[in-house]
Amino acid sequence: MFLWCQKKIKNNFLTIFRSPLMRATLALIFVFLIGVIFNAHGAFFRWDTHRDMFRHISVFAILACGMTIVIITAGIDLSVGSVLGFSAVLFSLLTIQRGLNPILALFLVFLAGLGCGLISGALVARFKIQPFIATLAMMVFARGLAKWISGGKKISTAILDSSGVYRYVEPPQIFNLLNSKIFNGNLAVVTIIFLFCALISSLILGKLRLGRYFYAVGGNEEAARLSGVPVAQTKLIAYGLSGLFSAVAGICQAAQEMQGDPEAGLTYELTAIAIVVIGGTSLAGGRGSLGLTIVGALTIGYLEKILSLNAIGEASRLMLTGAIIIGAVLFQRARK
Amino acid sequence: MLEMQGITKSFSGVQVLHEVDFDLKEGEIHALAGENGAGKTTLIKILCGVHSDYQGKIKFKGETVHFRSPQEAAKKGIVAIHQELSLVNSLSVIDNIFLGREIRRRPGFIDYRAESQKASAILKNFGLEINLNETTGIYPYSIRQMIEVAKALAQEAKVIIMDEPTSALNQAEVDHLFSLMVNLKKKGCSLIYISHRLEEIFQISDRITVLRDGRKIGTEITSKLAPETLIRWMVGREITQQFPPYFRCLGQEKLRVDHLFIPDPTGLKRWIIEDVSFSLHQGEILGFAGLQGSGKSELFHGLFGSFGREIKGEIYLDGQPFSVRSPGQSIKKGIVLLTNDRQRTGLIPSIDVIKNITIASLRKYSPRGWIDPQAERQTAQKYVNKLQIKLQSLDQEVQTLSGGNQQKIILARWLGTEPQVLLLDEPTLGIDVGAKYDIYCLMNEWKAQGLAIALITSELPELLAVADRFLVLHRGRIVAEFSHEEATQEKILQAAMGGREETKIFY
Repeated sequence: MFLWCQKKIKNNFLTIFRSPLMRATLALIFVFLIGVIFNAHGAFFRWDTHRDMFRHISVFAILACGMTIVIITAGIDLSVGSVLGFSAVLFSLLTIQRGLNPILALFLVFLAGLGCGLISGALVARFKIQPFIATLAMMVFARGLAKWISGGKKISTAILDSSGVYRYVEPPQIFNLLNSKIFNGNLAVVTIIFLFCALISSLILGKLRLGRYFYAVGGNEEAARLSGVPVAQTKLIAYGLSGLFSAVAGICQAAQEMQGDPEAGLTYELTAIAIVVIGGTSLAGGRGSLGLTIVGALTIGYLEKILSLNAIGEASRLMLTGAIIIGAVLFQRARK
Repeated sequence: MLEMQGITKSFSGVQVLHEVDFDLKEGEIHALAGENGAGKTTLIKILCGVHSDYQGKIKFKGETVHFRSPQEAAKKGIVAIHQELSLVNSLSVIDNIFLGREIRRRPGFIDYRAESQKASAILKNFGLEINLNETTGIYPYSIRQMIEVAKALAQEAKVIIMDEPTSALNQAEVDHLFSLMVNLKKKGCSLIYISHRLEEIFQISDRITVLRDGRKIGTEITSKLAPETLIRWMVGREITQQFPPYFRCLGQEKLRVDHLFIPDPTGLKRWIIEDVSFSLHQGEILGFAGLQGSGKSELFHGLFGSFGREIKGEIYLDGQPFSVRSPGQSIKKGIVLLTNDRQRTGLIPSIDVIKNITIASLRKYSPRGWIDPQAERQTAQKYVNKLQIKLQSLDQEVQTLSGGNQQKIILARWLGTEPQVLLLDEPTLGIDVGAKYDIYCLMNEWKAQGLAIALITSELPELLAVADRFLVLHRGRIVAEFSHEEATQEKILQAAMGGREETKIFY
C-alpha cells in the first residue's frame, strides 16, 4: 500500500515534471532561491531590486518575443540586435534632431524594423538562404545602416551647432514618457511595453491561424506544405514580426539611454536567443511557447541581478552565466 | 562458401522469417526474389550484421559466425550495398573509398599515394575513369554506385550484397553494372542480387532463391527455372488477409488527365511521367500499379501540386479545365494526397493530435484568423470517432501512436477538408492487418459516397481486391489497363516489368 502510494505520487510528480513549462519554472525557482540565500544584506528583498531587474531585462525580452516566433518556425534571427540599434538611432534622429511628431516617428521606425525583418524573411522564404546566413547578413547590414544615418556618432540631446558649439535641447516628451515609472514608481513603462509585446505574440502563437502555421512549418515543413500551409508567407511574416519587435525594443532602448547610439544592441541577439533557449523552446523548431520565453527572461534577468548584487566581478559573472546556460539546457533535455 | 541455416527472426512478436535456409557458392551471382514484405531485406540485414538477434546458424568459409554489426561483417568480407548509398557526397572519391580504413604511414597522416594506387587499380578494372580527387556528389547515381562497389572491394569484400541496385539506373547503366558484376564473379567474388525486375534476374543470375511471407519457397538454377514458375512462386500465396466485399457504384467522370508530362523532381533532365492520360470517376477506385521508379508516386504528387506548375498537360475537374498550382490550391478544389511516407511528409510531430488533424482545414475553424478551439476540437473528435482512432487524449503527441492510428490521423486530416478526389499513395504501408482492414472498409465507404479515389499500393492482392480498374505504369508510361474482372497478379506483374521499349526522352 505504501509502495503503491509512493509510486503514484512519483508518477504524478513525473508528469508535472515533464511539462516544459514546469521545468523552466523549476530552473527559475532555483535561481530565485539562490537570490534569497545570497540576498546581499537584504537587497534582494526590496521591490526596487526586482523593478530594476524587470526594467533591465525588458528590452531583451521584447527581442526574445520575436525570436521565439522565428525559432518556432525552425529559424533563427541574428539581426535583432542590429535592427534595435538602427531603430534607436532612427528614432532619436527623427524626434530629437528633426523634431518630428512622435506618433509619426514611432510609425516610421516600426515600418523600418518591419522592413528589415521582411527582407531577412524574403531571403529565407523566397531565396531559400539558410536563416543563419540571411540574418547574419542583415545583422551586418543594419549595423551599417545605423552608422550611416547617424554619421557614426551618438544622436543625443547635445546638438552640434553650425558655429561649432554644442547646444542642449530638451529631450522630447516621448523619451520621458517611455523612461518613466508608473504605480508610484513601482513599475517601469518599458516593462509594460514588454508585457504588451508578450501578450500580442502569445495571442498570435496560441490563438491565431498564423500561429498554428508557425508551429506546423517548424515541426515538419514538407508536411505543412503538402497540407496547404503557405510556407513562404508564414516564414516571411515570422521574420517581419521579429523585425517589428526589434524596432519596439530599439525605441525603448533609445528612451532609456536618452540617445540613439549606433552601437546599441551589440550582442543582444545572443541574449535574446539565450532567453528563448533557457525557457525550453527547442532550436529544432515546432515546439515552445511565449510563456517559456517569459520564464527564460526572468531566469536570465534574476541571474544577472543576483550576480551583480553580490558584487561578483564581470569576468566571473560572464563565466557563470555561460555555465548556467549550459546547465539549464541540459536540465531541459533530461526529460527525453 | 556461405551457408545460412534455419534463420528465424521476429519483430515485436511478428515472425518475419521462418526457418530460412540460404547458401552461396564462390563466384556465383545468386538472386533473391520475392514480393514486398517477403523477408528479403530482413534476411540480408541479418547476414550483414544489422540485425544480430536471430535464431539459426550462419557459416562462412566453414566457420560459424554471428555478426553484431555491419563493421564486423565487413571485416570478414561481407558488404551490402543498399539503394541509399552510404557515401559522403561532400568528400572526394578517394576519401570515400577508404573512409574509416584509411591507409596510414604515420598515425594521423593519410598515405594518399598508396591509396590512389590501390583505388586506380580497382577502378581500372571497372573501366571507370574518374578523377579520384573530385567531390563525390558531382557524379550521377550510377557512378556513385560504382564508387560504392569500389569501396567494398577496397575492403577486400568476398560477398557483395546488392539490394535493388538497378531501380534508379537507365538501360545503359544497367548493362554497365552487369558487366561489372560478371567481372567480379570471374575474380571469385560472390554476389547476392535483390531485384523486382524479373528480366534482369534471368539475365544476370546463376541461381535464384524465392522467399514468400518469410519462408523459403525454393532455390533453382536460373536456366532451369521458367519465368512463369518464378512468378507463381513469388505471388502464389493463399490470401490470408480479409478484404471487404467488392461492389460497383461507378458515377460520373470526375477527373480527366490528358497527355500529362511531369519532369523528374530530383533534377535529372527527363520526364518521370510521360504522356499519361486517364480518367477517374466518382465512386471509383482506380488502382495504379508499377515498380519502384515507375513514376506512380510522382504522378500523384504532380496532380496534387507538390511540384507547382512544373507539370505539362491538361487536367479537367468536373469537365472544367484545372491548372495545378500548389497543394493549397488543389485542396481548395477538393483534391487531396496521402503521401507514402507519413513520417517525412505527413505527420507534424511537434503538435498534438487535434492540430495534426485540422492543419489542412484550419481556415474553416478560423474564418477571421482566430481559431475557434471548440469547433476545432469537435471536428477532430468527430473524425477520431468516425475512423475509430485509438488514443488516450486528443492532446496527445502523434509520435506516441501506432502506425495504423497515425495513418488514420492523416486520413482524418484529409477528410476534414471535405475532398472529392482522394489520391492515396500506399495508405496501408507499415500498418498492422487490423488497421489495414479498417482502411479498406473506409475506402469502400468513401467510394459509396461518390468520392473518386486513386490508389497506389505495392501489395498486389490488396490492390486486386479493392480497385475497380487498374492502370499499370512502366518507366513513366501507362503500359496496360485491366478491369476488376480481368486483372490477375500475374498479368499486372508482367505488364509492370514488361514494356520492352526503354526509350528515355530527354528534353
